[in-house]
Amino acid sequence: MKIPLAYNLRNLTVRRTTSLMTALGIGLTVGVLLAVLALVDGLRQAFEATGDPLHVLVLRKGSDSELVSNLGRTVYQDMRSKPGIRRGPSGEPRVSLELVTIVNLPRIDNPDGMNITLRGLTPIGVEMREGLRLTAGHWFDPGKREVVVGSAIVKRFPDAALGRRIHLGRADWDIVGIMETRNSVSNSEIFADLNLLAADNNRSEVLSSALVEAPDEASLAALIEDLNNDRRLNVNAQRERDYYDAQTTSGAPIQYIGTLVAFIMAVGSSFAAMNTMYAAVARRSREIGTLRVLGFSRGSILTSFLIEAALLSLAGGLIGLVLVFPLNGVTTGIGNFNTFSEISFNFHIGPATALKGLAFALTMGVVGGLLPAVMASRKEILTALREI
Amino acid sequence: MFGYLPLILKNAWRSRRRTSLTVLSIAASLCLLGVLMAVYKAFYLGEVAPEQALRLVVRNRVSLALSLPLSYLDRIKRLPGVREVMIYQWFNGVYKDSRDPNNFFARFAIEPEKLFVVRGELDVPADQKRAFLADRRGCIVGRRLADRLGFKVGDRINIKGDIFPVDLELTVRAIYNAPVNDEALYFNNKYIEEGLPEGRQGQVGTFYVLATSPEAVAEIARQVDDMFRNSTAQTRTENEQAFTLSFLAFLGNVKAFLFSIFAAVTFTVLLVAANTMAMSVRERTKEVGVLKTLGFRAREIRGLILGEAVLISLAGGLLGSGLAASVCGAIRRGPATFEQIRNLSMDASVTAASLAIAVLIGLVSSFIPAWNASRVSVVESIRYSG
Repeated sequence: MKIPLAYNLRNLTVRRTTSLMTALGIGLTVGVLLAVLALVDGLRQAFEATGDPLHVLVLRKGSDSELVSNLGRTVYQDMRSKPGIRRGPSGEPRVSLELVTIVNLPRIDNPDGMNITLRGLTPIGVEMREGLRLTAGHWFDPGKREVVVGSAIVKRFPDAALGRRIHLGRADWDIVGIMETRNSVSNSEIFADLNLLAADNNRSEVLSSALVEAPDEASLAALIEDLNNDRRLNVNAQRERDYYDAQTTSGAPIQYIGTLVAFIMAVGSSFAAMNTMYAAVARRSREIGTLRVLGFSRGSILTSFLIEAALLSLAGGLIGLVLVFPLNGVTTGIGNFNTFSEISFNFHIGPATALKGLAFALTMGVVGGLLPAVMASRKEILTALREI
Repeated sequence: MFGYLPLILKNAWRSRRRTSLTVLSIAASLCLLGVLMAVYKAFYLGEVAPEQALRLVVRNRVSLALSLPLSYLDRIKRLPGVREVMIYQWFNGVYKDSRDPNNFFARFAIEPEKLFVVRGELDVPADQKRAFLADRRGCIVGRRLADRLGFKVGDRINIKGDIFPVDLELTVRAIYNAPVNDEALYFNNKYIEEGLPEGRQGQVGTFYVLATSPEAVAEIARQVDDMFRNSTAQTRTENEQAFTLSFLAFLGNVKAFLFSIFAAVTFTVLLVAANTMAMSVRERTKEVGVLKTLGFRAREIRGLILGEAVLISLAGGLLGSGLAASVCGAIRRGPATFEQIRNLSMDASVTAASLAIAVLIGLVSSFIPAWNASRVSVVESIRYSG
């Protein structure tokens, strides 16, 4: 025979203050975990969404980041003649030679400024990034000191607004457009004309990387193998997707520390939940005796108290969700050791993250509630009835 | 007031299970707070070793990932107050399997003769030092690093280049002892330069500057940055301490991260303590009535309850600080990306701060129950049935 759920709910509401305080404690613990998970999830989303499944990123052999890679213009020329590269309507191969460097933009809350990736490319590079669109202004004209900035940068750097002029490296550049892709790192980059940028950096012959497009997914692997095996080119080719996936690790330290903190807090909160449940058992000694007299088994009393603990912690989990939910969609930035620049992304609390938070709360409740529930179920009827 | 101590102790120990659970719960939270404070102290309030106070690092203003022209070296050297300037090149690279964080350590390309001037505190046997200076492909490693990875003089260390297109085959020629930064590997910068394509020569990641006196340090930093203000590669010159912190700042707003966790933990532990005290005071309403009949004044009753709460949370604080000390020890012994981690400890000031927080938590959490209990009337409380 099962003790009705309403009994547990009433008991929790009778001891309103105690229940609420315990739930709030659990809620804060869940909140810390959720905030960390939301951050890591948002970061993962930003990187995962970046990269076209047909694109191959080519770096110099031995380099594992665009920033430290040196790709000669001659390598680019040699690559263009490779078979297995998708060609545009007029027959030109879809290969984009790019220069990646970083610039420092000042921020109000950080006088040292933050580093932003500045990418030099030619019109074909813009064309190849199909998800990329302008939300304002126009693309830069080759040969002019014009830049297009990512939408995330506009949000975080007030100086980088449309129509403003910013100082990048050696010269002043006009901001002529704002670009946006769905949740991608391009939103945290600035695009400019390849040749002007290369001249400014004394790197006209030695650039950073090349983006190559395969005609279809089936021939992608063959193209990568062909590029990697060509000793004359001496390059490291990989799927653009894989390159960005690997960068998700920049969130690893925060994930590690945050999870550890949440775990230690959970130990504390479990003890608190245990305290509350022991008090509940002690106060309801006579009730437990009565329930046993009425014919409820030890098992149903155990379950009933466990359910009560679970309800308490679930309420805590929900409080945690409510506390952290305003973070959802908030833009933040984190340093990326791969590109040595800041990547902007949004905190993301999806159903999976929310469920993880609730499961975490439930675990705390059940761990804390188990011993008191066992004690309640072991009470002898007579002694239970006699206790005050 | 200590006359009441036995009564407070008796009260606290009456519900043994609850008191122990509360102590454990507070201990977990205060362990966390202790570690957070120790981390904060190690990074932001750490003491500068005397040998560090004389050193500066010059880097590209925009980012560490961008280099500076080698020609800057002589110009910096000519500034007043500068004793020596050395090429200080972060090599990065891959040692064995880079996925194992244990294989990570700092590898710097430097100028061997100058190393022993700029880092004058290095303690190296004379014969090893000579062997290192004589071998262009030799390297010198810190004692702690050598112990961690089992390097001995004569060992070969292979490091694959990533930033630099050069694979190093180094021989350990010397092992140094030093009070700080004893986990680095240094080798001759000429080794990299030989292997570099022409377009990349003449570029240096950072310069390590030794000042003649600690007073000259700030002035040198200002002068260097002013000198290159209108050059293509602008510089940022910082003392050694600030330079390491700039790595940390790169990870994001670490201070805000520490503070928000600190706030969440403190608030949680406050809730836990307040809840327990409220529960135990409620149970004792009748007793409070009896105490009042016996002539205890409201002030004394408040004191009894506050004292009990402080005692419990102080016990939690002591246990938590002990735990935090062992956590700090474990972190200290692990692989460290940041040198400051080696100074992580629950020293006297951090422990004192933890215990102060524990006392505060005890006082704040029991304030309302104590106040209520002291004001309740005798008749009302004796009638109370909990």
